[in-house]
Amino acid sequence: MTSDHEMSSQESEQTESKHPISANQMRVDPSLRFSCLLTVDAISKSFGPTQALNSVSLSVQSGEVLALIGENGAGKSTLLKVLSGAHRADSGKMSIENRSYRPRGPKDARAAGVAMIYQELNLAPDLSVEDNLLLGHSNIGAGFLFRSKQRQRVQDALNLVGLNSLSPTAIVGEQSVATQQLLEISRALVSNANIILFDEPTSSLPQKDVQRLFEIIHRLKQQGMGLVYISHFLEEVRAVADSYSVLRDGENVGEGRINHVNDDQIVSMMVGRDVNDLFPSVPHEPGEPWVSIDRLQGDSLASEITFDLRRGEIFGISGLVGAGRTELLRTMFGLDHITAGQIQIDNTKVQHSVRSKMRAGFGMLSEDRKHEGLAQDLSLIENTTLGNMDRYTTMGFINLRARNCAATELMRQVEVKSHSGNQRVSELSGGNQQKVAIARILHQEADILLMDEPTKGIDVGTKAEIYRLMGSLAAQGKTVVFVSSYLPELLAVCDRIGVMSRGEIRAIRNADQWTEDEVMATAMALEETPQINTPA
Amino acid sequence: MVKKLLWQLGPLVALLVIMIFFWIADSFFGGGYFMTARNIRVISSSAALIAVPAFGMTLIIISGGIDLSAGTALTLSGTALALSLKAGDPILHAFMLMVLFGCLCGLANGVIISATKVVPFIVTLGTMTIFLGIGQILSGESTVYAPKENIPDWLSLCYTGSDSVRYLIPKVPTSVLIATVMGMGVAIMLRYTVFGRNVFAIGSSESTARLCGINVPLTVISVYTISGFFVAIGGLLYFADVKNGNPSDGTGKELEIIAAVVLGGGSLSGGRGSKPWLVR
Repeated sequence: MTSDHEMSSQESEQTESKHPISANQMRVDPSLRFSCLLTVDAISKSFGPTQALNSVSLSVQSGEVLALIGENGAGKSTLLKVLSGAHRADSGKMSIENRSYRPRGPKDARAAGVAMIYQELNLAPDLSVEDNLLLGHSNIGAGFLFRSKQRQRVQDALNLVGLNSLSPTAIVGEQSVATQQLLEISRALVSNANIILFDEPTSSLPQKDVQRLFEIIHRLKQQGMGLVYISHFLEEVRAVADSYSVLRDGENVGEGRINHVNDDQIVSMMVGRDVNDLFPSVPHEPGEPWVSIDRLQGDSLASEITFDLRRGEIFGISGLVGAGRTELLRTMFGLDHITAGQIQIDNTKVQHSVRSKMRAGFGMLSEDRKHEGLAQDLSLIENTTLGNMDRYTTMGFINLRARNCAATELMRQVEVKSHSGNQRVSELSGGNQQKVAIARILHQEADILLMDEPTKGIDVGTKAEIYRLMGSLAAQGKTVVFVSSYLPELLAVCDRIGVMSRGEIRAIRNADQWTEDEVMATAMALEETPQINTPA
Repeated sequence: MVKKLLWQLGPLVALLVIMIFFWIADSFFGGGYFMTARNIRVISSSAALIAVPAFGMTLIIISGGIDLSAGTALTLSGTALALSLKAGDPILHAFMLMVLFGCLCGLANGVIISATKVVPFIVTLGTMTIFLGIGQILSGESTVYAPKENIPDWLSLCYTGSDSVRYLIPKVPTSVLIATVMGMGVAIMLRYTVFGRNVFAIGSSESTARLCGINVPLTVISVYTISGFFVAIGGLLYFADVKNGNPSDGTGKELEIIAAVVLGGGSLSGGRGSKPWLVR
């Protein structure tokens, strides 16, 4: 476990790949440059009765991006945590460049050249770029920082991720999320990491920054680093990875070169059965318009909004980040202040407060699962029933048994994987948390479900379950408003789609009358004249 | 499971260890009074004085807030009681006045916090001094002595451990009885009422609570007002202890109260907490 990465003699032909190489050298057959950088052999890890990893093996070559694929709870994150030293494996071996690797903590991992980029940013927002990059591995003499010696290292690391123009003294909290993400990567570079683990790095990035991230990953790859990449998006995996390894229920179920398999094969490996339908649909027939949003204006809305919702339909809202989709839902639900206009259900005006909206049948699923959607410290049961405990209540006292039974039944219905209903929500995986959040609006028995990015950060199998659920809700005559940034799902699942741009709904059409290109063009407001066209 | 239980009982075990330590130390070096019934009564009485307002503080801390003004609000309501008794009011009037003062203090905190969205720490730091000032004005900046004949017997005996026969229940100090009943009240409220669960929700995530249609401002104001009631009862015990009212006595009590809540398992970041185990 040493921090230097000198090559042993028999690997000397790969030495040059450790240094930046020029463009024509890059065209060497990649397989020649590969050497086994990281090997994981039969790692097992369990938490109490749950076997998170069962004899998992994989290897990463130098200059290779390995995509780690699997459903939520398949053990990907656990595996990365074992690799980065946050967890210790129960059994199995790991080695880096043929030297045994047994990290006792993140610090050991860093020293061995393994760095992890988490889904959530882990930077100190009030410190400068330089301070953040040097945090934890400064050249310290008797407790003093020697900044001048470090400057060059910081600058090199910034250059490598394309942040040449960023001042090392800039404050991190003032940078965009994308820049902060790149800073995380440069922090790994400062520590001389040569194995970098990415846990869903793109989940918080806008599209153009995703592209930039890929370029940087490509550059790191050319430097001869080994990268492990977790993502739920198969198209992303294809764009960035060389090889893949699929985990299911903590076990290896398949691996190989990414261009030797197609998406369907990967998905069926992930879910363990053939998935012939990524977008299952439940037959439903949209009925009469019954909810009307009439010249709605609010503090967070850029302009007046008017549209109708029908009984038994899935209404999609598309648009770029910042187009005002979330704000529209929040204003409709009464979370953001309404300044003018009204919402009517069956020609009856609904008051503006959240409580009256809920009583009228509105339910909302928040985009921000972690901070708003769920109370992380509270139990599953608590989260499911929060906001609608009246039915178990007499004189302000709750009938705990009735409440727990109802909540447990709902958990079973939406298939939440958990030890018990009293488990804290924060202990669940992302997909299961989302199911709990959805269970809550089901528990509310809402008729108009406002769902903001319900499939964000969720695996393919769970996504399909959510689409099916939406379909069956619509079949019961309920209305689902489905906001998403992922166009294929909107086009496949929705009955009608409205496209928003700069705070306005530019156009509403039946889903089959949209193409991806048209939606994008409308979202980017390429057509200047707004048109609303709703065929009956 | 066993580990979890031990973790929960940790403070209680620590308490036992400390008691045994002092028992042994006392029997070697002291007068052997530590484990006498009288001493235990005195200690538990003084614990009750902190416990009662700490139950209210538990609510506040679970909701994600804090109340630094509890100490001065406590002596303010105690002083109000003393003033009223000094003026010769019947005990019921005096009691009502005291509760009114306590609740108004809490209400003021709650309303300011909800309306201005300033963090509770700052708001109550300000009201701490304001309550002290009001107390000073009312008492004329001196200690208010109520004539002995105006203090009913049950009240004057409610605190001390001297006369064990004349408690409501023999041998159990009335202050401890009050604290026990109120503690159970809070525990039931937190676990079995919608209000209690809403308090947990707000403490865990205010935006989630809002998303679920919980009236956050109203709940926060109620929490502080209820806590004000507990503070007022704390003021009653304080008066029963010293038999007079001095507004400046309460300075520093808020920290003892907060410490009691934290020892009892509250998390200062909100959302977690249990009925405190706080016999000192």
